[in-house]
Amino acid sequence: MKGSVARRFLLGLTPWVGAVVLWYAVRWSGLVNAALIPAPHQVAAKFVELLLHEGLLIDIYASTRRVLIGVALGISAAVPVGFLLGWYRPARTFADPMINFFRALPPIALIPLVIVYFGIDEVAKLVILFYASFFSGVIVMYEGVAQITPLYIRVAKTLGAGEFEIFRKVIIPLTVPHILTALRVALGVAWATLVASELVAAQRGLGAMIQNASTYFLLDVIYVGIICIGLIALVMDLILRKISARLLAWQERAAS
Amino acid sequence: MNTTATSARRVQFNHVSLTFGTPKGPLKVVEDVTYDINDGDFIAVIGPSGCGKTTMMSMLAGFQKPTTGQVLFDGSPVKGPGPERGVIFQEYGVFPWLTVKQNIAFGLQLKANHVAATEREQICAHYLDLMGLSDFANSYPKHLSGGMRQRLAIARAYAVKPQFLLMDEPFGALDAQTRSNMQNLLLRVLATEGKTVMLITHSVEEAIYLASRIVVVTARPARIKEIIEVPFAYPRDESIQERAEFGELRSHIRELVMNEYRAQQAQMRPVSFSE
Repeated sequence: MKGSVARRFLLGLTPWVGAVVLWYAVRWSGLVNAALIPAPHQVAAKFVELLLHEGLLIDIYASTRRVLIGVALGISAAVPVGFLLGWYRPARTFADPMINFFRALPPIALIPLVIVYFGIDEVAKLVILFYASFFSGVIVMYEGVAQITPLYIRVAKTLGAGEFEIFRKVIIPLTVPHILTALRVALGVAWATLVASELVAAQRGLGAMIQNASTYFLLDVIYVGIICIGLIALVMDLILRKISARLLAWQERAAS
Repeated sequence: MNTTATSARRVQFNHVSLTFGTPKGPLKVVEDVTYDINDGDFIAVIGPSGCGKTTMMSMLAGFQKPTTGQVLFDGSPVKGPGPERGVIFQEYGVFPWLTVKQNIAFGLQLKANHVAATEREQICAHYLDLMGLSDFANSYPKHLSGGMRQRLAIARAYAVKPQFLLMDEPFGALDAQTRSNMQNLLLRVLATEGKTVMLITHSVEEAIYLASRIVVVTARPARIKEIIEVPFAYPRDESIQERAEFGELRSHIRELVMNEYRAQQAQMRPVSFSE
């Protein structure tokens, strides 16, 4: 048991070590101007410096808070809407083209309009994150709900379940996996949209930090920002996966 | 089990026909079916696959309505599903998100059956034991074999004490050994808890071994070909399968079914959906 945990840890670590080695290799190979690629240890030093003296934690907090609020709002709306669309075929025929239309629009293209209508405050950034998470979540939800097999509902009916009992005891448990998947997808998309949302006159935040750094050509700061976004998104996804594994212990998986 | 002719009539199929609308036009699935099921009967419905047997059961379960004619349950037309008519589906339909015990308790926790918590515990324990699932009470169905899932589906249906049991090819997907165990288990349970059963099957031996009456139906649209009384008294055991009457009955029914099977093959219309 212990050996397998260690093995899995090593297996997970290997690509990261590989990436750092590759990073050094590219820098030392001379193929690219070394001035354009800060070395990993330089980026690490910058990270410590930003953390201790430049308030990196405040940026991380600002961004994480935006992502979490945006995703929370987006998924709160996506779950009921996605559920209705998945459950009622006519609703799907009615709303599907609309949803696909809006889903195709890149949030970054909407920024000028968001500024016009919502100003340049925190609200504007949340609107963009809400938009991104809602449309990615709603699709996952309704595709999932549409696949719920009517067999379980029939079984419940033959056992004497009423409409409300069917909803509470059959449909909700069958919907939970899709809510969790929608949440994971939305979190991923929201982090990806973060930099765009912080283009809107953000003072703090990882996206804002990257923006500002690009103005002064501070490549190491840009690297720190990118790595922070990736790492936080990774940690959040890991946490969600742990929660899913707990809640969905009943699910059959091809490989566990 | 009580098979006397004086038992009360519970179900009446009264000139029942059912037609589905398909993209290729109307498809007659059941045609002018009339028969009764009395209290304590064990009816087996047998016929070629895709002939409309399941549809017949579906109408009694309350999932489908006849196009013409009536399906009467205790004198009134079937309006929808209900806990007095337990259904055991071909696909089992065991709830994967509930443990074995929670599956059995599912029906007991519904308002329609209002069972007190202590009694619920007893009923669960009884069926866990009866179906040999006690060791798996807290496992999820993903850890169960096909035969165990089938037993769980039966336990869950039994727990709410339906007077009627509708079984749609319940043992079709099981291996021969498990199937024969399940048949014997069913007979044992029926011997202690008398119920009226409608079993859909395509196995002639299964029909004769289990049923008190066999309804042979034709290729689609399903009509009644013949209704056969099975002459063996309950309790039954496997030794009846060695008896001469069993063999004669088997050849007779097999011939009926094979004729219908050939008739079905002759129908040029492709079977585009299962029953």
